[in-house]
Amino acid sequence: MLAEKALDLIRELHRTSSGTLSPYNEDKIRQVLEEMKTLFEQNKDKAHSVAEGQTDQLSSIQLRHAGIQRNKRCLLAYLYNRLEQIRKMRWEFGSVLPPDVKYNMCEQEVQWFNQYNRLLANYMRSIGESGGLDLTQDMKPPKTLYVLVRCLLDHGEFETQDGNIILLKKNSQHYLLRSECEHLIRQGVLEHVVQ
Amino acid sequence: MAAFSTAGESVNSYFNIDDILASQEKIPCSFNVDVAAMGYLDQSTTNVDISVGTKLELPFWLARYLYRGTRSIVSLETPKSYREGYRHILKADPNVVDLHRLGPFFYLFGGKLISFQLPDADDIASILLKTFQGRFRRIMDGSQNALHTDLTGQVSMLDEQERQLFAAGQQGLHDFQKWENRESEKLSTSVMIANHRKRKRIGVSTQPS
Repeated sequence: MLAEKALDLIRELHRTSSGTLSPYNEDKIRQVLEEMKTLFEQNKDKAHSVAEGQTDQLSSIQLRHAGIQRNKRCLLAYLYNRLEQIRKMRWEFGSVLPPDVKYNMCEQEVQWFNQYNRLLANYMRSIGESGGLDLTQDMKPPKTLYVLVRCLLDHGEFETQDGNIILLKKNSQHYLLRSECEHLIRQGVLEHVVQ
Repeated sequence: MAAFSTAGESVNSYFNIDDILASQEKIPCSFNVDVAAMGYLDQSTTNVDISVGTKLELPFWLARYLYRGTRSIVSLETPKSYREGYRHILKADPNVVDLHRLGPFFYLFGGKLISFQLPDADDIASILLKTFQGRFRRIMDGSQNALHTDLTGQVSMLDEQERQLFAAGQQGLHDFQKWENRESEKLSTSVMIANHRKRKRIGVSTQPS
């Protein structure tokens, strides 16, 4: 069937759950591109014969053209949806992605991610008068300045804004500035304790 | 978090995965003209060409392209799950039908079908609406009132879009529950990272601590 391989790529996206990025399927993309190329070459040949008056080829040309269009749509959708996923990951994981996610990206996607990172950083720096605004903070409206947190992992030393160094050891509890530890809570290093 | 999500994305979008998958659903077609050198589409013969009158099930995107007015390359029939027989079943009681088996994109594909000028397009349109109206109450009931019950039996009978609706309802219920328990201000690990952890089993200590 036409464009069957391209659909496999879309099915692959459909299966992927939210916290992961499937490996960039370079092999399949190449196969789809080859299929498109073959269809295109065939059409080019036949188009010449149609121009010479053999109109019975027209229907098969249309059929193949539909196949090319479909393949194109599937490929573009594959790339686009992956980029969307990477973009979401920038907001969830922060500016550094986990190595296993990075490993599944192709070279262009890594480039794109770096550029997106830079754009976002520049934009956030340009907001406001002094030093910009971190948009990834305060995902929920803040209620208090300080929060009580408990460590879920051994994270090592952490330097607070006022210069104190505290050791984030598993199961230890700390009273920290909300703005400082929100990222760590979202990363799953700390747990917010609500009294 | 609407700031960076694409919530307003329309279903008809070129890049939409559901839309692409729905347009892969098959429609029975018969060819009105010979098509040279495309015989490999028909796996039941070894002919090089597709001849007049060949019946094939073509995916929607291809049928859409080949079906243009009166002088089109193919003529179409209504797919089985939208024909009179199934319409009667859906009319009798939409709640007992397993829509996911009937076509995982029953509504989306049905909507696409209507765009063809099939003779029973009006009937299909009205049955899509009636089916949804009939099933909506149960979807809402299930998703809004069962917090700790196993609903896989019910969910497995829903079509993809109904599942999204169901999930949205459940999400709303959970958020409301959180608010009632004064947990809505609690900062939590992001869902994406939690899912990522689950797969990688990071933080699952292997040595006794």
